[in-house]
Amino acid sequence: MSDVLVVADHRRGDLRDVSFELLTAGRELADAADGDLHAAVVSGNVEEFAEELNREGVDQVHTVDYGEEFNHDVYTQAVVALAEELDPEFVVTPNSVNGLDYAPAVATRLGRPYVSDATGLDYADGTLEVTREMYGSKVETTVDVAEGPFVVTTRGGEWPPVEGSGDAEISAFDVDVDEDAVRSTVKGFEEVGGGDVDIGEADFLVSIGRGIEEEENLALVEELVDATGATLSSSRPIVDNGWLPKNRQVGQSGKQVTPDVYLAIGISGAVQHVAGMKGADTIIAVNNDPNAPIFDIADYGVVGDLFDVVPALIEEFGGEPPSV
Amino acid sequence: MKVLVTVKEVATVEDDFEISGTEIEETYLDYDLNEWDDYAVEEGVQLAEAGDDVEVVAVTIGPERSEETIRMALAKGADRAVRVWDDAIDDVELLDVETKAELLAAVVEDEDPDVVLSGVQANDDSFGATGVALAETLGFEWAAVVNALDTEKVLDEGVASVRRELEGGVEELTDVELPAVLAIQTGINEPRYASLRGIRQAQSKEIDVQSLDDLALGADDVASDLDVTAMYEPETESDAQYLEGDAGEQASALAEVLREKGVVGE
Ligand SMILES: Cc1cc2nc3c(=O)[nH]c(=O)nc-3n(C[C@H](O)[C@H](O)[C@H](O)COP(=O)(O)OP(=O)(O)OC[C@H]3O[C@@H](n4cnc5c(N)ncnc54)[C@H](O)[C@@H]3O)c2cc1C
Repeated sequence: MSDVLVVADHRRGDLRDVSFELLTAGRELADAADGDLHAAVVSGNVEEFAEELNREGVDQVHTVDYGEEFNHDVYTQAVVALAEELDPEFVVTPNSVNGLDYAPAVATRLGRPYVSDATGLDYADGTLEVTREMYGSKVETTVDVAEGPFVVTTRGGEWPPVEGSGDAEISAFDVDVDEDAVRSTVKGFEEVGGGDVDIGEADFLVSIGRGIEEEENLALVEELVDATGATLSSSRPIVDNGWLPKNRQVGQSGKQVTPDVYLAIGISGAVQHVAGMKGADTIIAVNNDPNAPIFDIADYGVVGDLFDVVPALIEEFGGEPPSV
Repeated sequence: MKVLVTVKEVATVEDDFEISGTEIEETYLDYDLNEWDDYAVEEGVQLAEAGDDVEVVAVTIGPERSEETIRMALAKGADRAVRVWDDAIDDVELLDVETKAELLAAVVEDEDPDVVLSGVQANDDSFGATGVALAETLGFEWAAVVNALDTEKVLDEGVASVRRELEGGVEELTDVELPAVLAIQTGINEPRYASLRGIRQAQSKEIDVQSLDDLALGADDVASDLDVTAMYEPETESDAQYLEGDAGEQASALAEVLREKGVVGE
């Protein structure tokens, strides 16, 4: 029997959606390996979390009642201790920001192979086959990992969340946390990205990405925004460059938006960007690379150079394209 | 104080490309400094500029070609560069995280830095794990997805006060004891362009090449657990309606869609 241990993600009192997706991925692996699905939750209101994690297909929930919020030193110790106790074939965590902050340490400490950001998992005859993307989603690969046990992280949004309630056994797991080995201290949290506009409220977003190339060229999109009465948003590199403030950033680390229309111009459609805008009713993409991943989720596609298409579009709405 | 920055030369893929077997054909690849590492280099150089006697050492694992990339780090202000390579590494198709961490750890142990800066991820294989795995291998403390670092506190108090950028516009404020590995997120600073003078000086600097032997490692240490069994262009799940024609025609079709959806007036 080869069991699966998945570790839930939570923040500020709530389990994160990825935790329930993880249960689906974990159950699939457990079925393939003919084992049990164990879920663990570390820190915070673990009893309440455990009740929520008690969903269909979960055999056991382990609670580690230590501290309030995520601390990677505590998580690493707790998950390693659980893995040593349960000896699962798979330890699976979300490929979230917190996953990035402790899962590699768990793998290293356990001396297990580590594969991150899986979009698909298959297990047969002792070999784990992981589907993952490379080169900014331009190619997909399958990677065989021989000789478990394994540590894997899964990409959000790739597995549906488990819904139905279950009859798991819930038990407290005591970890003798070595305080001396906790050498990081979380001091608090801060919301960022407030400011003049809330792009989360907009019906029509014109969103610009790195395809715009230069800060001066932003004038072009600004004119389009003026001519159409849209709200301006962007992908991350535009904000990283300081060309637009943080409150305009759409994506995983920016804002989630749900406009009627999202017009993505010169944006490739990286997973962390898509995480913020896939809820738009209608997605339109303008990109000169016909293979850009953004077209996979677009309802309308314009394959073309934004420096030709955007000026023409401005004219359609009676505006005057600036020369860039 | 010594700061070590791990940098990686990454392959970028042209818009049109072909795959042969489990690799993209060489002619469709360009090479560049990993985007995230560019910010890590800048953060290292800024530490050096803020403090007295701060040395910045750039380290890469890569073939001779990657010297071009590591020279970019030198041109931007790193003092020295180390490149790890060996035929045994060349034979491995996809280095796993453990191997990268082992190789870099051997260099870190030689160099004994106070702070190691790495990028959050590399945009070719995007494992997003080397920094944290390296810290764990070394017994260093760490922080991943760092988008702010209090330079003065690092220099004066030996504590890395960082912000970690969580999902949804929330940042975590965390203090991390040194020595530590910090995995740097884009946007933490504004990476400088290398000056012409910097580029010229970098050309003449020697790059310290280290083999497995030099690092007291063996071929066994670089045996990868990973085997790439297939590489393909993802099947497009797109049911997008493409707007055809020249730019003018595309724009009028697009304008019509926008009017239909009612987001732009007549
Ligand atoms: C932890 C983490 C969190 C992140 N959070 C976010 C986030 O919240 N939001 C976010 O956006 N990213 C985020 N990222 C970054 C993300 O991975 C990508 O790097 C980013 O989204 C890429 O932005 P882009 O599409 O504008 O640029 P690129 O990927 O460089 O794409 C530019 C596109 O423009 C096209 N183009 C170029 N020239 C033209 C032209 N003349 N006409 C038409 N098209 C053109 C190109 O074909 C390309 O598809 C995060 C990354 C990490 C690791």
